[in-house]
Amino acid sequence: MVAFYSPFAIRYSPMQIIGQDLVCERGGRTVFHDVSFMVNRHELLQLTGPNGSGKSSLLRMIAGLNDPAAGTLNLDGGHADLTIGQQAHLIAHQEAVKLALTVAENLAFWAGFLGGGDVGNALAALDLTRLAHYPAGLLSAGQKRRLSLARLVLVPRLLWLLDEPTVGLDTASQQRLAGMMTEHLAKGGMIIAATHVALGLEPARRLDLGPRA
Amino acid sequence: MSLILALIRRDLTLAFRQGGGVGTALGFFLTVVVLLPIGLGPDQALLQRLAPGALWIALLLAVLLSADRIFQQDYEDGSLDIMAMGPMPLELVALAKAIAHWLASSLPLAVAAPLLGFLINLDPAAILPLALAMGLGSVALSLLASIGAAVTVGLRRGGLLVSLLILPLYVPVLIFGVSASTAPGAGPDIATPSLLILSAMALASLVLSPLAAAAALRSYLK
Repeated sequence: MVAFYSPFAIRYSPMQIIGQDLVCERGGRTVFHDVSFMVNRHELLQLTGPNGSGKSSLLRMIAGLNDPAAGTLNLDGGHADLTIGQQAHLIAHQEAVKLALTVAENLAFWAGFLGGGDVGNALAALDLTRLAHYPAGLLSAGQKRRLSLARLVLVPRLLWLLDEPTVGLDTASQQRLAGMMTEHLAKGGMIIAATHVALGLEPARRLDLGPRA
Repeated sequence: MSLILALIRRDLTLAFRQGGGVGTALGFFLTVVVLLPIGLGPDQALLQRLAPGALWIALLLAVLLSADRIFQQDYEDGSLDIMAMGPMPLELVALAKAIAHWLASSLPLAVAAPLLGFLINLDPAAILPLALAMGLGSVALSLLASIGAAVTVGLRRGGLLVSLLILPLYVPVLIFGVSASTAPGAGPDIATPSLLILSAMALASLVLSPLAAAAALRSYLK
């Protein structure tokens, strides 16, 4: 069992995630077909496209939760014995927050489960220190989203898969998220983000899942 | 191993904080047992003969009361996605959650059963065998329930469906459980063949249930 590893151990070696001719089918319907993309270290890939074009499905596919109906998905240069999902964080619409636990307890559980991390540091990064001992059930929607995003800082992972990460965030938190993303990229991380709005930093690559010929 | 313990600890904390689960199940267990003598009449010899079987049936139903919630909340709030991506195989996640359900629901019910036995004139000589059989049998009950919970995790109001799916699987546990719960006729040997078979079923479900539950969960996460 690989619980502890440093995603940035091989600091200067090149890595890339390559998806080729991916096809996604949900309930017998083809959501998208022949989608190809590539992300290198230090790069942000921004996914755009109308509702239902498969942005979330693509992120879940990269996370290993959906199997592609066709096509290939590879991580070159990463930890060979880990799946892409095990080297990634997925921030989806569901916050994965337990309302009966306090903010700090929520993070402490994920720290233990995902391989260790500094809860205090993660709370501070998202300005949640003041709320640490509140039950998560009392948080507002934006605060819950911040608690969800705190996982990114809590446990270091090579790849961040962000699905509309700014939903519900106030301006200050959006800037904080942009700062976190910039820092992650500077350390050699990769980010794939699906969003309709500007994230506050310029994406190195873009992928439009909109209707194509 | 520490990951399994972390998950069990979290589930127990949640079960304890959210309340409802084990309290409701214990109340249900008590109510069924209290209703029994009212329905059957006050014939003490009849009640004594029926007591082990009645307690076992009430236990099965009470365990199923909280079974549909084993995976549901984690599925709905997205925690299960993250667990599926994490370093721990989904089989172990399913095992940990079934163990947490056993500790939080089934074991308290099994412990309460001999006490409830007093209400229906359980043979005092049968108390020890019954407690032992229920302690072992409840392991199998929670693990089998986790299969049903996983198969219905994406369905709203899956609770009743879990009962329909899982009760047939409970039949062998019930047969050997009741058989192991009767007072020993002769000799001090408490490890009757029935109890041994019950233990074997608990061990087999310990291995097989997490595999089945994880397979069901994977198909839902897709």
